[in-house]
Order: sequence, then C-alpha cells, then structure tokens
Amino acid sequence: MNAPPAFSKQALASALRAILPAECLVEDKESQRPFECDGLSLYRELPLLVALPETVEQVQAIMQCCHRLQVPVVARGSGTGLCAGAMPHPEGVLLGLSKLNAIMEIDPQARTARVQPGVTNLSISEAVAPHGLYYGPDPSSQIACSIGGNVAENSGGVHCLKYGLTVHNLLSVEMITAQGERVELGSSGLDSPGYDLMALVTGSEGLLGVVTAVTVKLLPLPEVARVVMAGFDSVRAAGDAVGAVIAAGIIPAGLEMMDALAVQAAEDFAHAGYPRDAQAVLLCELDGTEQEVDQHIAAVERIFTEGGATTLRVSASDAERALLWKGRKSAFPAVGRMSPDYYCMDGTIPRSQVSHVLEEISRLSTKYQLRCANVFHAGDGNLHPLIMFDGGCAEQVARAEQFGAEILELSVAVGGCITGEHGVGLEKLAQMESQFSIAELHQFEDIKHAFDPALTLNPGKGIPILKRCQEYRALPRKHQHG
Amino acid sequence: MHVDLHPRYADDAAATEASGLISACVHCGFCLATCPTYLDSGDERDSPRGRIYLLKQLLEAGEAGPATRRHLDRCLTCRSCETTCPSGMQYGKLLDIGRGMIETEAPRPFLERAWRRALRLVFSRPALFAMVLRPGQWLRPLLPPALARKIPAPQTVGPRPDRQHARRMLVLEGCVQGAATPATNAAATRLLDSLGISLVAAPRAGCCGAVNYHLGAHQQGLDNMRANIDAWWPEIEAGAEAIVSSATGCGSMIADYGKLLASDPAYADKAERIAQLHKDIAQVIATEGLAKLKLAPDARKIAVHVPCSQQHALGQGTAVTDILQGLGFQLAVTRDDHLCCGSAGTYSILQRERSERLRRNKLAALETDKPALIVTANVGCQLHLGEDSSVPVRHWVEFLDEVAHGGR
Repeated sequence: MNAPPAFSKQALASALRAILPAECLVEDKESQRPFECDGLSLYRELPLLVALPETVEQVQAIMQCCHRLQVPVVARGSGTGLCAGAMPHPEGVLLGLSKLNAIMEIDPQARTARVQPGVTNLSISEAVAPHGLYYGPDPSSQIACSIGGNVAENSGGVHCLKYGLTVHNLLSVEMITAQGERVELGSSGLDSPGYDLMALVTGSEGLLGVVTAVTVKLLPLPEVARVVMAGFDSVRAAGDAVGAVIAAGIIPAGLEMMDALAVQAAEDFAHAGYPRDAQAVLLCELDGTEQEVDQHIAAVERIFTEGGATTLRVSASDAERALLWKGRKSAFPAVGRMSPDYYCMDGTIPRSQVSHVLEEISRLSTKYQLRCANVFHAGDGNLHPLIMFDGGCAEQVARAEQFGAEILELSVAVGGCITGEHGVGLEKLAQMESQFSIAELHQFEDIKHAFDPALTLNPGKGIPILKRCQEYRALPRKHQHG
Repeated sequence: MHVDLHPRYADDAAATEASGLISACVHCGFCLATCPTYLDSGDERDSPRGRIYLLKQLLEAGEAGPATRRHLDRCLTCRSCETTCPSGMQYGKLLDIGRGMIETEAPRPFLERAWRRALRLVFSRPALFAMVLRPGQWLRPLLPPALARKIPAPQTVGPRPDRQHARRMLVLEGCVQGAATPATNAAATRLLDSLGISLVAAPRAGCCGAVNYHLGAHQQGLDNMRANIDAWWPEIEAGAEAIVSSATGCGSMIADYGKLLASDPAYADKAERIAQLHKDIAQVIATEGLAKLKLAPDARKIAVHVPCSQQHALGQGTAVTDILQGLGFQLAVTRDDHLCCGSAGTYSILQRERSERLRRNKLAALETDKPALIVTANVGCQLHLGEDSSVPVRHWVEFLDEVAHGGR
C-alpha cells in the first residue's frame, strides 16, 4: 500500500473555503471546541477542521476533496450519540450534517417520507401526524437526535419491541461514498435485487459512507394507545412480570423498566407521578383497536397484580400517556441531577437473564463504589445501566470505565451482546474482541475495505483495526497540524 | 460536566459559580431541539449546549476571544432550553455570568461598545426613552411605511380610576412600556379597580434592571434593582400587598431580585421579600376571581403568544390561556408555542436579521388558524410582532379591559 499523500491544514482549508460559505467552515480552535465530543463527553478530540455544509452538493464536494487529499472524515448529526461515534479525528474533517434539515417529501398514500439526514427523529412524526401517520423507532433522545445518526447507529427506542429498529423502518438511503460518488441504496419497494446493502449500511457507524437522504417507512397512528404503569418492591419481581407478559403472547408497543434511582431522577424532572417508594417501575404500552387494547390492558393488569405490583395505574388520556413516557425518555439526562456525569451502557441480554444481570450490576456497584441507575427496554432485554461518577476525578473515571467493561463482558457471557442500539463507536472497541472472533473481525475489515480502501471514513471507530491494516496506522501521524 | 477551573479564576466568585452551574449539564443535547437559534442555524455553537461548552472553555483556558462573544451575543436568553433540560441546568444564570465575564475577557470595538451603552442608557431610563420616542411618533405619518412600522403608534390611554380601595398593590410602570404602551397599565388599573384593588405606581421606581443586566452591565443592573427596592419599600411597609408587573420580561427579572442581590448584605433580605411579593397581572386576576369581571366574550378568535419570560422563566405558560378560556373566549390553534418571537429585549436591535426571521416563523405559527387578533403579555413581544403582523397585536389586559369597560 502506498502511504497517503501529505497535506497541510492550510491546503485543506483553502480547498474547503472554495466549497463552503465562511460561516460554515470552522477553522479556529476556540470555535471548534464545542464539536470536540458528542453525547459521550468522556472522549474528546479537536478535529483539523469542522465543515457544516448546507447542501448535498457541498457534502459531495467536501467528500471528493477529502478523498483527493486522503483526509479522514467523521460525520456528525446532532451529536447526541452515546458511544463517541462522532468524536472528531485529530487529522480530519468533522462533517456536521445538522444544516441539512429539510423534510423533502411526504407520501401519505405510500406511507413514506423522504428527509435530509439532519432532520430530527421526532420532527418526522410531527410532520406526518396530520396524515394520521408516525415514524416507529423512537430513541429516548428523539427530540434532538437526527435521522442520519439513527441510520448510522441503527437506533432503537421504546417502540422497537413491536415495530423494529431503524433498519426495519427504512426503504432507501442516498449516500456519498468515500470516493465522493452519490449513490442510492434500497428502493421504493420492499426488496431490491442483489445484496441487501440497506441492512449493511444501517448501523455502519459512518464507516461505509455519508448518508445524505433517507426514505423512511411510516406507520398509521394506532386507534388507541394506553400505558399501564406498575410499581414493584423488587427488581426481580418486575423482571419476572416482564417475562410473564411476553409469555402470555402479548406484544406490547413498549415495555420498559426503571429502578429506584432512575425513578427518583425521572420523577424530579417530569412529575409524572411515578411511585417514589418502588424498587422498580414498569411502563407497558398497548396499542391497536379499542377492543384489542381493552383486552390486553386487562391481561397485563392481571399479570402485574399476580406478580406482586404494589401500585398500578392506566393512562386515561393521551396527555397522561405522553407524561408517563416523558419521564422515561428523559431518564438518562435526568440522572444528571444526581451526579455530575454518568456513563450509559447498552448491553443486551436474553430476557430470562434480566434479574440475574441486574443483581450482578448491583454487586459491581458495591465493588466499584459507584452508584448505578438502571433504565432499560425490558421487553427486548436491552439494558441501560447509568454509572454515576465525577468527571473531575480521574480515578473515578477509570473505575467507571472498568465497571462498564465488566457489565458488557457479563452481557456477552450470559449470551447477549455489547450494544443494542447505541453502537460501538470508540467506546466499545475493546469489547468487540470479546464479542467476535479474530476471523469475524477480519471479515468486518474486508467489508470496510470494499467501501473505503483508504480507510478515511470515521477511522478508529466501530471495528477494532487489527494488524492487517498497516496503512491505517500509517495514516494519522503523517499529517501536519496547522 | 466537570470544569477544570483555570488558576486565574481561583478566587473569582462569578467564575466559581459558573463552573458549579456547568456541572449540572450532561451534554445530552436535548436543548438543541427547542433552541430557536439552533433551529435557525443548525450550528452547535448557536445552541445552549454549544454556548455552555464555549463558557467551559473560557473557564478552563482562562481566556476567550470574539468568537465566544459572538455566540453568546446570539443567544436570546429565552430559556426555552431550561424548560427542556432534564438535568436541571440553570442556563440563563450561567449565560448572564458569562456575558459579564466576556466583556472584560474579549472587549468590544469602540463603536460597538458605544452603541450598546447608548441602548442601555435609553432603554433603562423611562424619561429618556420617552424623549426619543415622542418625536418619532410625531413624524410617523411622514415617514416611509417600512420605517414608520418600527415606531409604535401613540395609544389612547383612558383615565385611571381615582377610587381609593383598602387593598393596594404596587405596579411597575417599566421603561419601554410606560412610554410606548401606557394603555396596558391603565387597563390593568381599571380591571383591578373593578375587583376592589387600587393599583398604584411608586413615583421613583424605574427600570427593573433587565436591560443592563442582560447586556452584561451587571453593576448598573443591580443599581436599577436597588433603586426600585428603595422606591417600593415604604409602600410595602405601608401595607401594599404585592408588586404587580404587566410585562413578563420585567416580571421575570423582579422574581430574581432575591437571588441576584443575595450577596449584598444591605439589600439581600429586602430583595428576597420583593421577589416573593412579585405577581404577574395574570396571577392577580386569576386569584381574585374571573367571575367578578362580568365579561361577555365575543366571537373573535384570539391567538395567544406566550412570552418566553412568562413560560420559561416564570413557569406560568398557561396563565393567559387559562384566563381567556375561563371567560369563554374562542382561542385560535397555534403551533410552536414554546419558541421565541425574536424580540428578546434589545435582541431585535442588535441581532436584527435573525430576530426578523424568528418573527416571520412566529407570526406564521400564530396566524395558522386565522385569528382576528393576537394577544400577548409582554411589551417587547407586543411591539415586535405588531411591526409585521397582519392582525392587531395587543396586550391581553388591554383587550380584556376593552371587552369589560370599552377601554375607558
């Protein structure tokens, strides 16, 4: 492999100045600082330059320029990600796509919408609501996170239990390749000839291309949706109740659990009326026709009561339902009320292991002397332990990271995986080697090579680069800082 | 987020407070979704999270330049982000501290400094503002329409009742409101008169302090506050029940007097008492009983613009709609109620282009249901929206008074 050509920051900046208006190119360190991290502020790095294009043509021109100069490119949406996937590369361009925020087309008949990558997840549902439609996947950060980021991370959310992850709710994406070519993957139909590249690109964490347009599938708003909230006096009882609901053949629209610490934090912000004295709270949403929902609510109430629920409440209006979800969806940042920083994990485990793993996490919490709140998608076994620490104390940061690593390894050990919806990014690279064999990791590398032979797209994230990739190691240090 | 405070600021009370405030932020980015300037620009640096990060950098590096100042200047201080923030970040408080610090860390060019000083001078002194406004109002009929729109038309004020009730409340006349929309407080006085309350002004009270304080001139702002406390105190000792404001921008400042003067031993207790006695006119009318007003609602459809100071700072977002709905008025459907109209004190002058874009969006959001008029609760929003609105924009108190008393 040839070494990449050397370039100076000045040469790159002058090439990008020809593409972008002055306000859209961030060159000085002072102005670049707010871009140095995403939602996981534990990992920080200043880029060489920040580009904030306003059109797809500009994105393409930037990609072509970076390909020519062999400059790393890291794409960023709203910067709400939790795995440092959008942390800048010190020798590269941070490509912010937040200005591309137009909803280009809504087709109520086909139940699709074509949107730019910077459009927020929630604003799609808001825009299509007048047509009686919504977009299914709803990450807790849906108020702010972008659809481009959702595609990159294959984001989930509360309603994924019934309606699937991002990958199940897309028809096509337009993408700029590492070489600067504008391509369309997928089609307006449900299947396309050839390999299913949509499934490959969704969740590829910015390693295979930069998404510039997304066609999403929309769902009809349910006739009725209600939430059952139940408090339990032990996490185990709540965990067993989750299993019992699924075993009864009911597929709730969402089935979520919060433990006592998470309930305190969420209640302090949202005042949703969660029982503060409960050790665990379950939120179970049922949707469908009036009759179907009534039947399921009755069944779920019975299961929860038999499972030892200490409090039980069914939402009586859409406003009450929204309030019950508001607390849950704000629970991560609300934990910020209890601690200056938290570290959010994303391990996913078989449902049968929930109680066991939560007890282990509680033991680890004592071992590492750090509090841990648990908020998670109980229905699909996707845990989100929130390890609380003080970022001002280096020793605590190290303990938090070890604690997190143990949780991920425990998830793999019980037959689960290290990420359910947040992605690997930079944060979970080390655990990729617990999850996959070397042969499997080499296959991942080969896929990366097929799309991005020069390894300039989000290098150093998503898959650990093994010895085979000499050129990757050669890339970063050759470039001159400006 | 942790701030590694620069040794330069080790003994600096403002910097220490600022770094404490930043520890509440967890960098989740939820605030981006409801920040009018981020929604306008799509630029992290024009978001609350971006500005918090720029201030974190200032506190850690011990210095900042015009780049940081530019993005602090672009904040409306609407505090929409605070309503959204799950982790309880006190962003407005942090921004005020940051704005104070940036004036010395990154001094402005002479002309910009002089212009901001002139604005502070004129807008914080009712008599001076009136002197500037009056000639404009006289010349208004002769000016080209584009310019004339910027000058509020003289109002018909109507008499203030001279009945003396046993119950008395103080009213803040305000600086801009007193000269540009004097009808508001006259209407408030008549409404409270019919509820058996005398609403009186303390002659020596002046600007609430917001103009100076939000432009980074903290000492001058605090002096405004002290002057008001001195003007009100004898009246309070004589039994005035409350300090009423009919401009929520001023009201949200008075509600903060206690916190802002907490470290001034001579004023701390009085300031806290004043803050507790403060009431927006909507609170008074809602408490005293709508039924007593004996209003017959008409068929006009009304769009309510809730000022940011009312919903995000005072936390009284439904106060006016509750009153109007309670009286049986027909309210227009509006959208994006949580977003700022772009007025934001002196913002409409200092950041004109963005302010006008935000106003266009806001008017479209308010007029979607074809209302006959727009009502609001703050003079700044009222004048700013009124400049460009296709329907009349009025203070809701004036509107209510007109229905109750025919505006007389």
